[in-house]
Amino acid sequence: MSAPVKNALMNKVIVCAAFINGFAIMAIELLGGRVLSPYFGTSVYVWGSIITIFMLSLSLGYLWGGRLSSRNPNPRTFALFFFLSALLSLPIIFFADPIMTEVFLAIEDPRYGSLVSAVLLYFLPICLMGMVSPYSIRLLVSSEEHSGRMAGLLYFVSTLGSALGTLMTSFYFVLWFEINQIMWGIVAGLLCSGITILIVHRVSSRQAAE
Amino acid sequence: MKADRLNARMGMLTLPGLLLLASLFSAGVKAEVIHEERSVYRNIIVTQEGDRRCLIFNAVRGERNQTCIALNDPQEMLFHYTRMSMAGLLVNPNPQSILIAGLGGGTIPTALRELYPEAAIDVLEIDQAVVNVAREYFQYVEDDDLHTHVVDARVFIKRAGLEGRKYDFIMLDAFTGEYIPEHLLTQEFLEEVMQIMTPDAVLVANTFSTSNLYSHESVTYRAVFGEFFNFKMPGSGNRVIIAQQRPLPNMGQLKQNANALQATLRPYGVPILEFPNRLTTRADWDESLRVLTDQFSPGNLLR
Repeated sequence: MSAPVKNALMNKVIVCAAFINGFAIMAIELLGGRVLSPYFGTSVYVWGSIITIFMLSLSLGYLWGGRLSSRNPNPRTFALFFFLSALLSLPIIFFADPIMTEVFLAIEDPRYGSLVSAVLLYFLPICLMGMVSPYSIRLLVSSEEHSGRMAGLLYFVSTLGSALGTLMTSFYFVLWFEINQIMWGIVAGLLCSGITILIVHRVSSRQAAE
Repeated sequence: MKADRLNARMGMLTLPGLLLLASLFSAGVKAEVIHEERSVYRNIIVTQEGDRRCLIFNAVRGERNQTCIALNDPQEMLFHYTRMSMAGLLVNPNPQSILIAGLGGGTIPTALRELYPEAAIDVLEIDQAVVNVAREYFQYVEDDDLHTHVVDARVFIKRAGLEGRKYDFIMLDAFTGEYIPEHLLTQEFLEEVMQIMTPDAVLVANTFSTSNLYSHESVTYRAVFGEFFNFKMPGSGNRVIIAQQRPLPNMGQLKQNANALQATLRPYGVPILEFPNRLTTRADWDESLRVLTDQFSPGNLLR
């Protein structure tokens, strides 16, 4: 399975997964302000820390995801990104308080406290989520002349997902649910994306074999 | 808060209602803007009209007088909510270590410093620009025992709790009516506040909450402190929460304290004798609503 998938159904699934990934990134970022505020407040530098770490994690994710995509790109690795980002999001639910307590005790300045906490909580999952974008472009692109178009489509859906994730979380989710309930929803969305990718991959490779 | 602004206006204008309304809608027609600055958190405007100087935040959305002082008589408290804050003294009439979250024009810390020259006072303000304006335009003066900390109140209070520092008079005044700092409304926050209260300490909270938020907030304070004094005054839209860890004083004690404080509070325009009868523990809110927690605190969406 070294050739990129050309299956139409698989392409749709990849686009949907990129949408959910974009949604998840911004929903988690928006909740980040609430997760950190009990320890570091809502001063402008707390948002500064969160946005910095998200941008840094995404940029490295893009770089590594792009590199990985040049070595045997396949939907199973792609699905693995989603499983790993779901797994790496769990510490935000289970260990945010003990982690931030330690940081709060160790670092007096809330600027650096919030920065270090943002690294510990968000660097790994957001890195993984950043890897999704270049990798999904590689899976969608079947020829060089289509590459720009596919990149445009991917940017479109993932950024649209981010916009919607921001809106839904800030307008409605925080009013309806607790932070951890929203986080569980995000984890579930990421897991469903990974599972769907695997299933569609298996079905389409069976069809190809027949 | 609205009523406060209206009252403040009525105080300075004896004009027909129509003109009064017009002046409410056209910011700064009468008052001259003497200073304007934009901080990372808000726009800060200082206006002056006659001897009345006012601090306004975010004037874009119409006039929002945060605080006003009369330059000829700076002691006089011109707003209901500042006068009402002094009701905390009925519960603890002799505070020695005071914490005030939210500086504004510095009216409250300045008054408490004058009333209690021996007390140690810590003032928390998130915005350095507000501190600068208070010093320069509102006669806010610090001393060896009155310190201003540019910090988020939650961060300061959490650390004070860890370090075992205690206060016997705590005032939460970090709410502007414009934007609600949601992390200062939660059960966990109030528990952290409790950590830094001496056994006889009083907590006074000015939160300007309305509608659903009023109920959520009341339910949350009840969950942490049990019964508290809910204090409202006719002509003022806001309420002040007065809470204590130990049982609240009875009417006799309140009246006794009011009598003792009456003379010293007179220059500030605080009608302290009227206060005891207006302190009630009756729940006039929807008690079925959820307690606000760090997990669930959509204060700005609940108004």
